Amino acid sequence: MAYEFTKEDLQEIETIKAKYPEVMPATLPALWVAQRRFGHVEPEVQRLVAETLGLPEAHVHGVANFYTQYYKEKKGKHVLDVCTCLSCQLCGGYDILHHLEEKLGIKAGETTEDGTFTLNQVECLGACGYAPMLQVTNDKYVNHLTKEKADELVEKLKNGDELEYEQIKMPQHKNI
Amino acid sequence: MSTVDWKNYTPVLLPDIKDLHKIDVYTKNGGYKALKSVLTDKKKWEGPKAVIEEVKKANIRGRGGAGFNAGLKWSFMPPADGGPRYLACNGDESEPGTFKDRKIFEYNPHVFIEGALIAAYAMEITTIYVYIRGEYKTYIDMMEKAISDAYDKGYIGKNILGSTFSVDFYVHSGAGAYICGEETSMLESLEGKRGYPRVKPPFPAQKGLWGRPTTINNIETLSHVTGVINNGADWFSSIGAPTHPGPVLYGISGHVNNPGVYELPSGVPILDLIEVAGGMRNGKILKAIIPGGSSTPVLRADQLDGITMDSDSLRTVGSMLGTAGMVVMDEDTDMVDVLWRIAHFYHHESCGQCTPCREGTGWLEKILLKIKNGDGEVRDLDLLLDLTTQMEGRTICALADAAAWPVRFTINRFRDEFEARCKKKSHAVA
Repeated sequence: MAYEFTKEDLQEIETIKAKYPEVMPATLPALWVAQRRFGHVEPEVQRLVAETLGLPEAHVHGVANFYTQYYKEKKGKHVLDVCTCLSCQLCGGYDILHHLEEKLGIKAGETTEDGTFTLNQVECLGACGYAPMLQVTNDKYVNHLTKEKADELVEKLKNGDELEYEQIKMPQHKNI
Repeated sequence: MSTVDWKNYTPVLLPDIKDLHKIDVYTKNGGYKALKSVLTDKKKWEGPKAVIEEVKKANIRGRGGAGFNAGLKWSFMPPADGGPRYLACNGDESEPGTFKDRKIFEYNPHVFIEGALIAAYAMEITTIYVYIRGEYKTYIDMMEKAISDAYDKGYIGKNILGSTFSVDFYVHSGAGAYICGEETSMLESLEGKRGYPRVKPPFPAQKGLWGRPTTINNIETLSHVTGVINNGADWFSSIGAPTHPGPVLYGISGHVNNPGVYELPSGVPILDLIEVAGGMRNGKILKAIIPGGSSTPVLRADQLDGITMDSDSLRTVGSMLGTAGMVVMDEDTDMVDVLWRIAHFYHHESCGQCTPCREGTGWLEKILLKIKNGDGEVRDLDLLLDLTTQMEGRTICALADAAAWPVRFTINRFRDEFEARCKKKSHAVA
């Protein structure tokens, strides 16, 4: 299948380019535009980004491969990135990961057969105080996970429900 | 030893004001007054250099972990030559245990924007980029909105508040790479490349973005500039520990009852800080802490008496303040597991440019996994220590050091626990 940007995408990329004195800095943001449009940045998509920006394909390929958030292959509809790094490890991040492995019947790094879920184990997401936690498809954070909350999340996503932004109230030291 | 009066402290970066992220609420509460002052009050501020001097005097030590005087860093910029000059704001925040700058993006983005604009004026900068890690998509959207509002109100753009000062302000999203928090790696990433750190010198002040003079500051550091301009350098330097002054956003995580971000003066006793965060979870006993992100050396509970959260005090027990992201561990914590996980992180995040780091981080992880699985021998511990000396100071950036320190200090400070794990196996075999 040949990939093409829409007129709106191309406009967005032009706006991005205007932020910088050269074209190359638009590489990362343009890859984001592409990933949001196609759901991944497979080599064919990388070629499209390179052509659109007028940059060598090898450059775009090198950049796409360096950064973990770009999907270099097709993923499930929902990607669950479970943090298991330091603070999450201390607070049970691995328990959540193993629970989801069991629930979805896949190992970390795999996608369910029906293509609904991809499960990953990831490095620190900067939510250490709200551990254990996971991120859904490079977007919403789901904090303070328990096995029950993880189950509910899976059901919500299966039903196509929108996830709410979980606002965390600032702890105020004077209240203590 | 003087004690820091943290109990009567009122937060300035994250005050308890509803909807402070909205520009109207921010301006109603004195927002953009500092910017107006430096741009229009010529009696108080005789040009950009006066602003640099005030910030230098305040001694805002970089809150990203290095602890360098921000005003002094600004003074390294060469004289303006009419060409472009850049300010790159570091919101990459990826060191495990660190989650403070996101609070500024969410609750008080304009205090940061205002501080960055003042910094830009002081250094005669023409364009500001704020680099935010890609995972913070929510906060990237919030910052885009805040910056757009500030453009609309005339705080960013051409001839700001009727002055001759003009500057542009853009958000640049990362895409998942710890190394991009390293300042020169961040510049590479901003230029649209793989985040490989650059050899220094030349330093970014001489040759930064696109070969032009560039200053890089952490988000919290820049946010403090607003308060320094409003209240003066003496106000800032009188808060907290004298040699490392000012308010600090402490991120507390791990085995405490109320983990989170707390704004308090620098120099709060570590044991008090644990109480601030609700004390130990489930009534457990404290075993160890990591004071400021995973690369700062771990401290045993028995080392913490009288130790405060500032660089001088932490140095006396062989650690550092880092990002002030403190990880608390209780008596049930398996230090071998913890160290292996930290080593796994640095191996995953090594950019692969320098051999000692690319290979060394892999070996650290491999040997620690062997020990964790009960297949280790006591001599492996000395092999690990030997490896750390072959990594430190032998690479372009400090990632190798950041990977080596936790290994060295955790083994040295919990040697018994590591040896016991190694010996278990030999007994089992025998």
